[in-house]
Amino acid sequence: MYQYNDTDQTLVEQRVTQFRRQTESFLKGSISDDQFRALRLMNGVYIQTHAPMLRIAGPYGLLNSRQLRKLAHIARTYDKNYCHFTTRQNIQFNWPKLEKIPDILEELASVQMHAIQTSGNCLRNTSSDHLAGVCIDEIEDPRPYCEIIRQWTTLHPEFAYLPRKFKIAVSGAKLDRAATQFHDIGLHLVQNDAGNIGFRVLVGGGLGRTPIIGQVIKPYLEKKHLLSYLEAILRIYNLFGRRDNKYKARIKILVKEFGLEKFAELVEKEWLLIRDDLELDADRIDAIKTQFAPPAYETDATQDTDFAQHLLDNKAFATWAKYNTVEHKVPGYRAAFLSLKAPDSPPGDMTDTQLDAVADLADLYSFGEIRSTHRQNLILADVKQADLYPLWQQLDTLKLATANIGTATDMICCPGLDFCSLANAGSIGIAKEINEALDDLDYIHDIGQIKINMSGCMNGCAHQSVGHIGILGVDKKGVEWYQLTLGGSSENEAAIGERLGPAVAKDQVTKAITTILDVYIKQRLDDESFLDMVKRVGINPFKEQVYANN
Amino acid sequence: MQIIKDKQIIDDNWSYIADDTELKDGNISVSLARWKKDKQQLLKSTGKIGVRIGPADSVEDLAADLKDIALIELDFPAFADGRIFSHAWLLRDRYNYQGEIRATGHFMADQVFYLSRVGVNAFSLEKTEDLPVALSTLNDFTVNYQKSIH
Repeated sequence: MYQYNDTDQTLVEQRVTQFRRQTESFLKGSISDDQFRALRLMNGVYIQTHAPMLRIAGPYGLLNSRQLRKLAHIARTYDKNYCHFTTRQNIQFNWPKLEKIPDILEELASVQMHAIQTSGNCLRNTSSDHLAGVCIDEIEDPRPYCEIIRQWTTLHPEFAYLPRKFKIAVSGAKLDRAATQFHDIGLHLVQNDAGNIGFRVLVGGGLGRTPIIGQVIKPYLEKKHLLSYLEAILRIYNLFGRRDNKYKARIKILVKEFGLEKFAELVEKEWLLIRDDLELDADRIDAIKTQFAPPAYETDATQDTDFAQHLLDNKAFATWAKYNTVEHKVPGYRAAFLSLKAPDSPPGDMTDTQLDAVADLADLYSFGEIRSTHRQNLILADVKQADLYPLWQQLDTLKLATANIGTATDMICCPGLDFCSLANAGSIGIAKEINEALDDLDYIHDIGQIKINMSGCMNGCAHQSVGHIGILGVDKKGVEWYQLTLGGSSENEAAIGERLGPAVAKDQVTKAITTILDVYIKQRLDDESFLDMVKRVGINPFKEQVYANN
Repeated sequence: MQIIKDKQIIDDNWSYIADDTELKDGNISVSLARWKKDKQQLLKSTGKIGVRIGPADSVEDLAADLKDIALIELDFPAFADGRIFSHAWLLRDRYNYQGEIRATGHFMADQVFYLSRVGVNAFSLEKTEDLPVALSTLNDFTVNYQKSIH
């Protein structure tokens, strides 16, 4: 994992001082609400329904145990004993006091963390594959490039006041687990015909009000040109992106209005002018790569026989291992998911006690590192198979072992009306109701892999448009209604979900979801997944049942 | 009126001449449209000439004339209009402009640091009482990650 050098540390400390001054100026009344809004957002501070919300960067999802303990401390000292993990691998606190935020940032800086550019119309935190470096389908570890991008985007002076927010995701594996096709820029590490590894560059993808799948602007970009190409795209966007209407200001609209060909031409022309000046040194790439060198794996990890025995002896453990662990590139190791989707807790939330305990488990079983995922769970990525049983026992005590990863109750859910000032709908309440209706784990496992995403408003923070089942809260004359979509996907065969029919009333949402799942159970072929069945039969069989009584 | 120039607070000796106003002696700046229209007349004036450009203007349009221009004012209609930052970078880096680049209009003291990093060396703030704070922000960071002008 990347460790800060003196430059990194100085920068985050100076940022704390700067933000402290900005906050004090605002509290004294020397800068306006509007001006402070732009400044605080660029430091992750929103003003929410109840209190300010602080979003902290989880650089491409990677955290260490020391950082986790610091989050626990912040939750205890400055918040109400919990924090929330987001779909872009960041961490949110919902109850800090504005005047205390500079102190929180100072605490964060002491463990190499910050909240820089986690919000606002600027270059945001770069996200990546939560299985980077350990998955079996990897072409190359994307994390060194994420770190290079993190540094390049941090306090970039030219691109701090973009038309709209700008998100970059990097994937290094065959299966896209980072939703790169739905980012402003998506980068895939790919191998070309000559056997060299470079980037396939996608542009103009995005979710929100107008979900669009990104298009390939450059099929193969040499690594040394990574930053010059990003800079060329950003300069064209900064100069030509629409600023007259915030709903048309994302790069996806510019690409759509210009057409990919014209947009790509402008980028190419700009790129050729800056390419040589911004070339990435091979030595620099190598130096960053050494910071992501594999940990000291034990070579005899496969010798253990306990794991196999426990699988035979303990059904609950076997179920957890099946759903909540995945294969690791090193024999004898697995990556273990910690489900933040326990039936009775809001999706993605974690208490200070859990954070501290997980920090200890990470130190014991996974080289002191933790990752957060795009679907709001955590991972201990490097667990020896022999350690899985004791790990499971401890996670179970912590209520972090619900065996539901990738299943119907592993919902992505936004904070909704309970916290967010934009929301139309109480997402957390609906998620809880669905969870209660699906309380039979055997039934959940029978349904198998399915992604249910639920957002409380059109901004689509929970990516409902790419959920296999999407639920979107809408407001009709002060009443909450819910639009359902089927067949979305953010993986390789990206798709935007198709609307099932008219929005349903709040008290009908859970019924609609269980009806959809029943149709699937009755009509699926052999081991056909939910998404595959939707692709095969379309939405009509589901629609007929959901609206049968209307 | 005072401004910041080259990290010092100094008296300003330039006047902006609106499009519908007569030109006058001394150092004057005009809009890009007026520069294009009255270029020959402006070149004959006794003082130095500056051109004010807004976010929607194209810096490329001015590239061939830069040797005749002593000041370029980058005028913010609103502080969030980030096109100004790219204009400054293009002028300094791509077109190697050596004259004064001054931020004018509606921008914040807290933007002065980034502006200086993309090549702006003079700042005319809306409120002159903000000048000392703006000047101090130039020292906000002693380190950075990107190659930039300064």
